[in-house]
Amino acid sequence: MQLEGQVRIPSGCAIAAAISRDGKTMTGEKIMNAMKPMHDRSNGLGGGFAAYGIYPEYRDLYAFHFFFKDRASRKDCEVFLKEYFEIVKSEIIPTRKIPEITDEPIIWRYFVAPLKSMVSSAQVDENEFVARMVMRVNIEVSGAYLFSSGKNMGTFKAVGFPEDVGRFYRLDEYEGYSWTAHGRYPTNTPGWWGGAHPFTLLDYSIVHNGEISSYDANRRFIEMFGYKCTLQTDTEVITYIMDYLIRRQGLTMNEASSVIAAPFWSTIENKTDTEDKEKHIYLRTMFPNLLVTGPFSIVFGFRGGLMALNDRLKLRSMVVGEHDDMVYIASEEAAIRVMDNNVKNIWAPSGGEPVIVKVREGVNI
Amino acid sequence: MSIEFIYPEFEVIRDQSRCIGCRVCQRQCANEVHSYDDDLKILKSDESKCVNCQRCVSMCPTRALKIVKSDCTLRENANWQNNTIKEIYKQANSGGVLLSSMGNPNPLPVYWDRILINASQVTNPPIDPLREPMETRVFLGKKPDKIERGKDGKLKCNLSPQLELSMPVMFSAMSYGSISYNAHESLARAAKELGIFYNTGEGGLHEDFYCYGDNTIVQVASGRFGVHEDYLKAGKGIEIKMGQGAKPGIGGHLPGTKIVGDVSRTRMIPEGSDAISPAPHHDIYSIEDLRQLVFSLKEATEYKKPVIVKVAAVHNIAAIASGIARSGADIIAIDGFRGGTGAAPTRIRDNVGIPIELALASVDQRLRDEGIRNNVSLVVGGSIRSASDVVKAIALGADACYIATAAVLAMGCHLCRTCQSGKCNWGIATQRPDLVKRLNPEIGSKRLVNLMNAWRHEIKELMGGMGINSIEALKGNRLMLRGVGLNDRELKILGISHAGE
Ligand code: SF4
Ligand code: SF4
Repeated sequence: MQLEGQVRIPSGCAIAAAISRDGKTMTGEKIMNAMKPMHDRSNGLGGGFAAYGIYPEYRDLYAFHFFFKDRASRKDCEVFLKEYFEIVKSEIIPTRKIPEITDEPIIWRYFVAPLKSMVSSAQVDENEFVARMVMRVNIEVSGAYLFSSGKNMGTFKAVGFPEDVGRFYRLDEYEGYSWTAHGRYPTNTPGWWGGAHPFTLLDYSIVHNGEISSYDANRRFIEMFGYKCTLQTDTEVITYIMDYLIRRQGLTMNEASSVIAAPFWSTIENKTDTEDKEKHIYLRTMFPNLLVTGPFSIVFGFRGGLMALNDRLKLRSMVVGEHDDMVYIASEEAAIRVMDNNVKNIWAPSGGEPVIVKVREGVNI
Repeated sequence: MSIEFIYPEFEVIRDQSRCIGCRVCQRQCANEVHSYDDDLKILKSDESKCVNCQRCVSMCPTRALKIVKSDCTLRENANWQNNTIKEIYKQANSGGVLLSSMGNPNPLPVYWDRILINASQVTNPPIDPLREPMETRVFLGKKPDKIERGKDGKLKCNLSPQLELSMPVMFSAMSYGSISYNAHESLARAAKELGIFYNTGEGGLHEDFYCYGDNTIVQVASGRFGVHEDYLKAGKGIEIKMGQGAKPGIGGHLPGTKIVGDVSRTRMIPEGSDAISPAPHHDIYSIEDLRQLVFSLKEATEYKKPVIVKVAAVHNIAAIASGIARSGADIIAIDGFRGGTGAAPTRIRDNVGIPIELALASVDQRLRDEGIRNNVSLVVGGSIRSASDVVKAIALGADACYIATAAVLAMGCHLCRTCQSGKCNWGIATQRPDLVKRLNPEIGSKRLVNLMNAWRHEIKELMGGMGINSIEALKGNRLMLRGVGLNDRELKILGISHAGE
């Protein structure tokens, strides 16, 4: 049977997220619980979490999370890494043995700083350098899969139900100001850990529910810019699109969402604010190939914030709730109520309308 | 009869019990097939002149006529087929090059027919175009590498000029001269009503049609007929014609008999002189020369018009397209070997060039591999026959399609493939005033609009089935295609999987 990446596997899903606008930290307990009432939206073939603010003591280092097939592939990979990075810390990611999670690969993390000389000889900035190295490691080092590469954040994922995956990774022992979670319902049984979500690149992470119909149009376009879609998942391609639009093109989060969930031409034509109208015409003409169609609801995580977005027809459920400094996002309201029974202001954002939540200015994240 | 005799290809069958002797057929046939026998008071036919254009059949008030293929054949031979032998007779008779018109009729593979389209089931919902908005608008032209912001931080519009189409189909180049005034008017009016473009072809632009400029692409070909500053500025875009799918590697030849009156004036050449377009542009012998012409045209039009470079699909098309994408051109139009023509040497039409499906797939992939796909838009033509061909072309990577044969069919052409005779009974490929007036531009444009509207509906249905509600999300979306009965090499070039994979 073909592994994920060799074949494209559609899947349905559950997503949830929680963030403190004050930058207050919480353990992974909350978000793990949120996934429980949505158990039936996953089928045990993939679950995962992204957590921001969990490595404050290594705030300025890239945290690389790896799956290795065996010890040899880890050794090979370290040889590769050492050519380009200073490895400040290297350790196994602690896990809890539980019967629900089996067949785990070797799970390792490194805190690294790219070698200045390497960055300057590549003539790119540090982030671009690291992004390119992530692509290279995943293509060139066999048996190694680098699935998390941001600063002061990390992804944890596995084959299993999300609540079990959380217990396995001992997420109750981590503290972060922003969490996202994903439970997967693939229509196939790849049984490969790398295929679980969130998908991340640098500080960007995506959890996504849906199956996009524009996949290959988006993939073939974005691959022109050095991205390599090795997993053939929607989540992967959407992450690259966001990285391209925000980090490389310099669009704002709002502008980027007007590209991927662009308003209909008829809506644009009816806009009375000419400046806004021209902006949308420009964005659709400039980036037509990055329009994402078909059902999706995503939560895009970045350093200091989250953005929730639905496809422009709103073909997938997604609700948002608020309570004091907290903002919650989930596929189902029940998940939000589990996180916070006193939640206020629950609403379902309309299709194509981004909900952007940022940690207050001045909080050290 | 004699050694030169070739038995006519068709038989004219007249049901005498139905014929009322109205002589409509006689008046309608420019080939003079029908004649009236005053003594016998019946109509007779000389089938040796019949081209099977179906004009008489369509006009006969009593349905008394039909044209059938003659069953008088030479002895069967799989190698020396009837046609092959007859062509030898013709050449032995005349000593000349064989001429043909319209596209290659031979049974070579049509890849469109071996490609199937996807639809959503369960994991992803199909979209109903009757309930949900479904978008077919496209913009053709170069896209800049980076966005720009003004001092105020607002996005600046740094796009070069674009062609906006309400749907990804345009009417391909057919010159005034090769087709009639009324045919041009039909195309121009339809393009305007539809919000798309028609293309003047290489014969200049009749002064009456300058008013359709916003929906016109003006062509500059090797003969430079009718090219002057106002002409270049008249359209929304300029097309440099380097080649044509039906006759790659050769120029054009419009016989002096068609260079009459307005045609001569529009082309700016004397009446009755043959209009000969040389095979190359004599100022373009290489890619760097093309760049100069692209920029001369841009210079002449103040950088307000996108420039299209049209080339025939030939073996090396991917490399050629990559060169063009770096030449400053905004759009590349590729014409496949099945593309139509008003006249071409038969051997060239039937043996030179490659299928547009393969050319498109390899060009799109090559431009992506080189990271320059955004430098240009791709327009493909050369036998796009239906809405599903359009959808397949877009999914393979085209931005839009050019149609010409389908458009003339809509205007009444019956594909008799004798345009070169200048006696088109349907008023399209002719300059004879009595024939031209048979095509009413009112009706011609209405029928073109109908055809495009029908295709637009079908494109939306097909997109909706795939769960796609905007044409952009279909572009280059090869995962939506599967091949049937194609070998590995063909699938690899097309960049698609086989059905069942
Ligand atoms: S048009 Fe028909 S009915 Fe009239 S003369 Fe010809 S065959 Fe007879
Ligand atoms: S345009 Fe006229 S002459 Fe040419 S194929 Fe069509 S019907 Fe025949």
